[in-house]
Amino acid sequence: MSSSVLYDLPGPRGRRRNLVIGVLATVGIVALIAWVIYRFNATGQFEYRRWAQFEYQAVQTELVNGLLATLKAAGIAAVLALLFGAVFAAGRLSDHRILRAPSSVVVELFRAIPLLILIFFGYYVPLQYGWSISNLWALVVGLTLYNGSVLAEIFRAGVNAVPRGQSEAASAIGLRKGQTLRIILLPQAVRSMLPAIVSQLVVLLKDTALGFIITYPELLTVGKTIGGRLAFGFPYVPAYLVVAAIYIGICGLLSIFAWWLQRRLTRVRTSAAKPLPLTDVDRQI
Amino acid sequence: MTEFLNVLTDHWSLFGQGFGNTVKLFLIAAVGSLALGVLLGAFRVSPIPALRWFGATYVNIVRNTPLTLVFAFLVFAAPKLDINFEYFTAAAVALTVYTAAFICEVVRSGVNTVAPGQAEAARALGLSFAQVLTGVVLPQALRAMVPPLMSVMIAMLKNTTVAAGFSVVEAGAIPSYMAEFGEPQFYVLLWITIGFLVLITPLVVLQRFLERKLAVAR
Repeated sequence: MSSSVLYDLPGPRGRRRNLVIGVLATVGIVALIAWVIYRFNATGQFEYRRWAQFEYQAVQTELVNGLLATLKAAGIAAVLALLFGAVFAAGRLSDHRILRAPSSVVVELFRAIPLLILIFFGYYVPLQYGWSISNLWALVVGLTLYNGSVLAEIFRAGVNAVPRGQSEAASAIGLRKGQTLRIILLPQAVRSMLPAIVSQLVVLLKDTALGFIITYPELLTVGKTIGGRLAFGFPYVPAYLVVAAIYIGICGLLSIFAWWLQRRLTRVRTSAAKPLPLTDVDRQI
Repeated sequence: MTEFLNVLTDHWSLFGQGFGNTVKLFLIAAVGSLALGVLLGAFRVSPIPALRWFGATYVNIVRNTPLTLVFAFLVFAAPKLDINFEYFTAAAVALTVYTAAFICEVVRSGVNTVAPGQAEAARALGLSFAQVLTGVVLPQALRAMVPPLMSVMIAMLKNTTVAAGFSVVEAGAIPSYMAEFGEPQFYVLLWITIGFLVLITPLVVLQRFLERKLAVAR
């Protein structure tokens, strides 16, 4: 157990008290779980027919297709957002005001607009002008603008995390600005921001679920279709539990990967730049 | 330009209702998620293993679940468990449950930013647990917690729009209503953007101010 600032190692009386509270807490948690199971049972969620369709290959294919649609949107948006982020981070780091100012406006603006509204811009506006845009691209546009702006800030923080002395030394040996960035700053910055980038990509993957609202056939949309079938007694609960398990599995693995990277980079210091914090809620929510 | 203005003036009541509900949803979920998040955060820094486990499990499950899925579960699946919410209540509960996980993390890492030596020194001076907590640990922890808490609240304000997909008439639901009126959506969305900028900018300014004011050299 890691030592906490809030308490010392407890003495005999403290240990006894903690044991009593611990037992009560365990009873409480078990009671909560029991209540959930009871509710499930009382409303017939454990009935075979509510779960039966997951045995059908057609339904499994539906789920896989939904997952593929989710991964497709996330993959395209991730690549575009990384590009968008790189361009606007470079803009904000530029020495020229004429590049810096508009880049700042773009990044700050897109971070302030709710993601769903950005997706609506991609969805409704082309419709208004009579262009047909698939809901995949509406979703990708929104995800790219929002996550690209957040990534731009991560990139900027990453480059700024390299101590000033490094670029001063680079100037001293006669490297130009571009060379300094490419040879000295970026290799160190990338290492320090890698965990933060991975955790932002988890956010992007999660946010593809907003495709549900514009009826892009991603995993959550498939979950609703599967759950809405009368023949199986409207198995919404099993359907969403399965979908949630898939999301938690994939995002959880990526989160663990980000955390592992973070720990590894903190332990093996081959860069002067400290890893960016992973717990920056500004990006993760 | 007149067309742009007309979009707002012709549908004043819809915009008023939409943003009114957004603010209402935000305030309710802010109170709810702060209460639940601080409780879970307290669990995670407590000396009781069962409570720590419960807090960690909650955070790890909820943080890796899309907010839209939480909404969908409460709106479509909960009634099958005989748990029936009004749409607005479902939205408030979904936002509370989701945001609490992030507040829990803020609380936990805020408490952990205080060096254990601080409390040890306070105890060595003979301060009681309550004195250590209120006089030494909490003031420093709060200092580290307030700016990220503001970030979570700003993100939550933006997240209220997800309720648009679940029959709650808040700001995010305005476009689908406007689509029926045949209003130019570009202008509609610009007005919604302006509305959110008006709501968010003071929060962002306050957050940056607090961040500077509360910054600690470590």
